[in-house]
Amino acid sequence: MKIGVLALQGAVREHVQAIQACGAEAVVVKNAGQLAELDGLVLPGGESTAMRRLIDRANLLEPLRQFADAGKPMFGTCAGLVLLAKEIEGQDAAHIGVMDITVARNSFGRQVDSFEADLEIVGIEEPFPAVFIRAPHIVSAGEDVEVLCEYDGRIVLARSGPFLGCSFHPELTGDHRLMQLFLNMVENRELLPTEAHYSKI
Amino acid sequence: MSEKGTDRVKRGMAEMQKGGVIMDVVNAEQAKIAEAAGATAVMALERVPSDIRKEGGVARMADPRITEEVMNAVSIPVMAKARIGHITEARVLEAMGVDYIDESEVLTPADEEFHLLKNDYTVPFVCGCRNIGEAARRIGEGASMLRTKGEPGTGNIVEAVRHLRQVNGEVRKIVAMGEDELMTAARDLGASYEFLKEVKLLGRLPVVNFAAGGIATPADAALMMELGADGVFVGSGIFKSDQPERFARAIVEATAHYQDYALIAKLSKDLGPAMKGLEMATIGAADRMQERSW
Repeated sequence: MKIGVLALQGAVREHVQAIQACGAEAVVVKNAGQLAELDGLVLPGGESTAMRRLIDRANLLEPLRQFADAGKPMFGTCAGLVLLAKEIEGQDAAHIGVMDITVARNSFGRQVDSFEADLEIVGIEEPFPAVFIRAPHIVSAGEDVEVLCEYDGRIVLARSGPFLGCSFHPELTGDHRLMQLFLNMVENRELLPTEAHYSKI
Repeated sequence: MSEKGTDRVKRGMAEMQKGGVIMDVVNAEQAKIAEAAGATAVMALERVPSDIRKEGGVARMADPRITEEVMNAVSIPVMAKARIGHITEARVLEAMGVDYIDESEVLTPADEEFHLLKNDYTVPFVCGCRNIGEAARRIGEGASMLRTKGEPGTGNIVEAVRHLRQVNGEVRKIVAMGEDELMTAARDLGASYEFLKEVKLLGRLPVVNFAAGGIATPADAALMMELGADGVFVGSGIFKSDQPERFARAIVEATAHYQDYALIAKLSKDLGPAMKGLEMATIGAADRMQERSW
């Protein structure tokens, strides 16, 4: 199983390590030509505005949308979640815009309000240590979106067909259970309900 | 139960900047240009280093009005500089909600003996270093991010290269050392034994290390990435060039694709003059900002 990490900016190394620790092959992705060989793609934490500029300049936006349209799984953490969302509060346009959610950026405050907390996640037994850094959250989610975790009344982890997205940074903790969940999604791809995600970009 | 200001939160914020460009700005308009170009953060200050160098006088924390305007103008993180050892400037910046504080040798030091005890703050700090000893001492005080110093405001990459090579060379030596050699190395380097053990275990510094001080072109930025920087700070290089927007965009792209040399060639075409720059030999010892910090 080959899993790419979009490597334009951000916490790339950490995701590569998590993928390898789970026994899959990790590919550092910088251009569209690399997408074809991948079974799934991780969009790492970083700065979503900076990543978007670099996505545009590398002509990656359409290839990323096609990757999503093909039903290939994508996992976005923090900035990656913002890239996946169909709607971003206060912005006219989305980025990749394939996951049926609306996100608010920096919604827990500035860096001094960044925090760690243990989360109860649906389907994961023990609490999950989460690091929130100037984190976004999911303001609203479409019908087909499965909310996997809320913190303080806000959705911070959700799954929708082939897309998994979270507000926090599992890549910073060395706890690979969410990466494992994603790899299971990749492995069982044909079982995922992808229909809702095939249209309308 | 949630916890703020932990090491993981403070160091993690810097991890999210990796591969990015942090740009010096002196007003909201420059901050917007930086954000639009793809900067991962901006550094708010009153004067860029080359102006500080030219105009002389005491360089202090920026007027909070400037910092506030920058914070209101962009959605990316805003960093700001405090003088070395200036507890109150740092606390003021923290109270304003600045995302990262640079305890910076670019400003005139407030204390020539002691740096800030950065562990005491909720806001994270970045500090300059020229070698592993300085890196260790700053991290020991609580810095969550490092940048090699270079020589700010010169547009001359030579000191930035020297410092990054020095730090990364020392890291490689420590990694290759036997455990029994670490204590003597700690004595010689002015770094704690515990710190060196951690570096050896990780195979790298425990925090993100950007390059700074003299980056003036897309090729300069790419060079620092090639030499192992996690990202770059660009001070005077952007807004002292003839075409700030284009320089900013080109430096962002060159940093992300630092081994795509054909791309860097394309990015560097017709950019117009970079900032003029200074030969190191023309800068007297007293004017070398890199000597400030201890």
